[in-house]
Amino acid sequence: MSIVQSVSRRNFIVGSGATVAGLSLGFHVPFLASASAQEAAATLPPEINAWVVVKPDDTIVVRIARSEMGQGTLTGLAQLVVEELEGDWSKVTTEYPPPGENLKRDRVWGSYSTGGSRGVRDSHDYVRKGGAAARHMLVAAAAAQWGVPSSECAAANSVITHGPSGRTLRFGEVAEAAGRQTPPAEVALKDPKDWKIAGKPLARLDTVEKLTGKQVYGADLKLPGMLSAAIKACPVFGGTLVSFDAAAVEKMSGVKKVMKVDERSVAVVADTWWRAKTALDALPIIWDEGPNKSLSSADISAMLAEGLEAEEAFIGNSQGDAKAELARVAAAGGKVITATYAFPYQNHATMEPMNSTALWTAEKCEVWVPTQNGEASLAAAAEAAGLPVGQCEVYKIHLGGGFGRRGNFQDYVRQSVSIARQMPGTPVKLLWTREEDMLHGAYHPTTQAKLTGALDADGNLTALHLRISGQSILAAVRPQGMQGGMDPVVFQGLTASLPEGHLAYTVPNLLIDHAMRNPPVPPGFWRGVNLNQNAIYVECFIDELAHAAGTEPLAFRRKLMANHPKHLAVLEAAANGIGWDTPPAPGRHRGLGQIMGFGSYVAAAAEVSVENGALKIHRIVAATDPGHVVNPAQVERQVEGSFVYGLSACLYGECTLAGGRMQEENFDTYEVLRMAEMPAVETIMLPSGGFWGGVGEPTIAVAAPAVLNALFAATGKRYRTMPLKNHELA
Amino acid sequence: MVQLTVNGQTHDIEAEPDTPLLWVLREQIGLTGTKFGCGIAMCGACTVHIDGVATRSCVMPLSAIEASQKIVTIEGLSPDGSHPVQKAWLALDVPQCGYCQTGMIMAVASLLESNPTPSDDDINAEITNICRCGTYNRVRAAIHMAADGKAG
Repeated sequence: MSIVQSVSRRNFIVGSGATVAGLSLGFHVPFLASASAQEAAATLPPEINAWVVVKPDDTIVVRIARSEMGQGTLTGLAQLVVEELEGDWSKVTTEYPPPGENLKRDRVWGSYSTGGSRGVRDSHDYVRKGGAAARHMLVAAAAAQWGVPSSECAAANSVITHGPSGRTLRFGEVAEAAGRQTPPAEVALKDPKDWKIAGKPLARLDTVEKLTGKQVYGADLKLPGMLSAAIKACPVFGGTLVSFDAAAVEKMSGVKKVMKVDERSVAVVADTWWRAKTALDALPIIWDEGPNKSLSSADISAMLAEGLEAEEAFIGNSQGDAKAELARVAAAGGKVITATYAFPYQNHATMEPMNSTALWTAEKCEVWVPTQNGEASLAAAAEAAGLPVGQCEVYKIHLGGGFGRRGNFQDYVRQSVSIARQMPGTPVKLLWTREEDMLHGAYHPTTQAKLTGALDADGNLTALHLRISGQSILAAVRPQGMQGGMDPVVFQGLTASLPEGHLAYTVPNLLIDHAMRNPPVPPGFWRGVNLNQNAIYVECFIDELAHAAGTEPLAFRRKLMANHPKHLAVLEAAANGIGWDTPPAPGRHRGLGQIMGFGSYVAAAAEVSVENGALKIHRIVAATDPGHVVNPAQVERQVEGSFVYGLSACLYGECTLAGGRMQEENFDTYEVLRMAEMPAVETIMLPSGGFWGGVGEPTIAVAAPAVLNALFAATGKRYRTMPLKNHELA
Repeated sequence: MVQLTVNGQTHDIEAEPDTPLLWVLREQIGLTGTKFGCGIAMCGACTVHIDGVATRSCVMPLSAIEASQKIVTIEGLSPDGSHPVQKAWLALDVPQCGYCQTGMIMAVASLLESNPTPSDDDINAEITNICRCGTYNRVRAAIHMAADGKAG
């Protein structure tokens, strides 16, 4: 049995889609590809509804539309479904329904987009209803078999019991009949306080195969007759492919084809990926480096610096008249504080480089890909295939990291389909090198910020102006999301009242505005997005203001946070956790940070020391209020991981330009946090209920400010330009 | 044609002598549990054991390996996931995306062979694999658990 066949049963659906075939609610799944698949389908168990399949042996298959990339959504969503299903958790498995099937079934599984920490918070309602509806149908089927009213029956732990007689039926015994029941028009959901499966720190469903090498990632895929491709796109942003000398490498071992992929890319297809890459490295290529060939980081920095002083800017949050108050206080000789911060480009650097495998014929195009958005992959595949979307399908694979790189941006899918289209009938796996990945990112945008604050004689903050200058993600990748030319996502965590994230501080005269400056470098959603730098700007500057006011930083914040008790609750929890009111050990210093983003309230307190110019982060206490916690063990993992991501950026993360291209091509120059630098992390969960916030991203944003503020406490110096590796710490 | 001994089996390999062991394992032998992360021995996702020593296989050319050398990959670490490191990893549910974890497990298994009760400083010095999801603290806890033989 090939790897693909063995995987197809467990993790994803190959070709025939056989594992989702069978009865649905009056709807037969119409994409059986082969006679053998149809034969298999006849023996496959029916679905109860789109979300739940129960096999005769009681195995529960929960369909998960969102992608698993390490964040635990697969397990969390299954917990929510099975909670309402009243299923036996020990019998649960999961599968990804293919996105083409979603379109054919009127998007029964909703959105496939897995980003913005939305995996659970945007789908908890309908997945729970899916589980509850399936339970109703199972109970109704059992009641019908017994000839008793449904109301006399109840389900628990995958068994239906008729109360008056004590008779029981297992889910697996009535699953087929349940699939023929009319779904209930409405279902009531459990109160979270009654949860038995959701809300518990259950083990992940996807661990075992990750320990033995059996987990197949996209990079590992092996299809019968498959070839492999290596690709190079013009390394200069905006450059194009002029020509290449295929004859120079065509006779190299294993090489099958050398081809233009698109206006900027060339690929070699060979029998193995290593041979494809070796030939590609030997291929003479001529690029037209285009209009950006002399662009440098210094140029971009100057462009952004101009924006800090520009007259025109989009206003994201405004109270009173900050400019007038700042001018008034300055003229009166009062205390006005100013500081300028900068945050550089970052690469997602997923551990698994970008890849996609495609099989194209004139009638059909199939793509196997680790993707954060199966529907976006499908759209990209159809476009590149030159086929109607109904003749295309995408089979999702677990991701070796996503972090935003594999959502909106389906460049690797388009490339792989363009390659496969030039080799009809042959599956081709495209795998990027790390260097290709680093040179062709969807980079965390670069911004600078100038902050100006006025303090009155009592140390009260009477005015604050935060001017952000820099790149808009939406302008580049989702222009339909712009509001009158403004990119609202720039103001993540800084809005006046949005439930997605609003500012904790009440300042009588406040102005937060954005001078949009868009360098010709492709920006993208990078885990945490704009909350990352916004939290640095606000939380470090608040710390500066507290220092200028001669007030202890927690007390200074507390005064400004009276109107925002949930922000304050997590901040105080983090501060208490680190022992804020008692002095740290000699040589150790502490800092705080808080922010609201992705619908959740988060805070961190860090304890650091600096010795001989070396920063050591000893300990971090993090507090988070995401409203509800579906799996506390997963929340802990996400919070811990958020510090690795956030501190990697704070300490090392920086993609720099020279000659119109990125200079950092691998982990030797693009350093990231490793074990030795990882602080102890304590996670405090304060779910206050009443809302559903995200978990995978918000905490990243408080990693840097907590550490930077502690670094100030240690050194008396402010380090305002990220990353810290560029500074002498003392 | 050269011979390699991988997980106790001998394989005849037809590949260019400069082909890295990683790609021989993945593409010639079909063992894809050993991962490609960087290609320059910086991340450790490709870690295997050569005669018991943790080795980053992405920069180890086929020509540098003798048929007599015993190569062990994640698929051969234990027949059924029962190596103490794997058991500790399961007990603490260490992996997130999991892509780096097979290399991490191989690096740790080698460390524990030479140093059965590593200190935190030993771990910091020896386990330099990159994990972008951020499993480091669970990795550390699982190393101590495996060292203590408490993973069952």
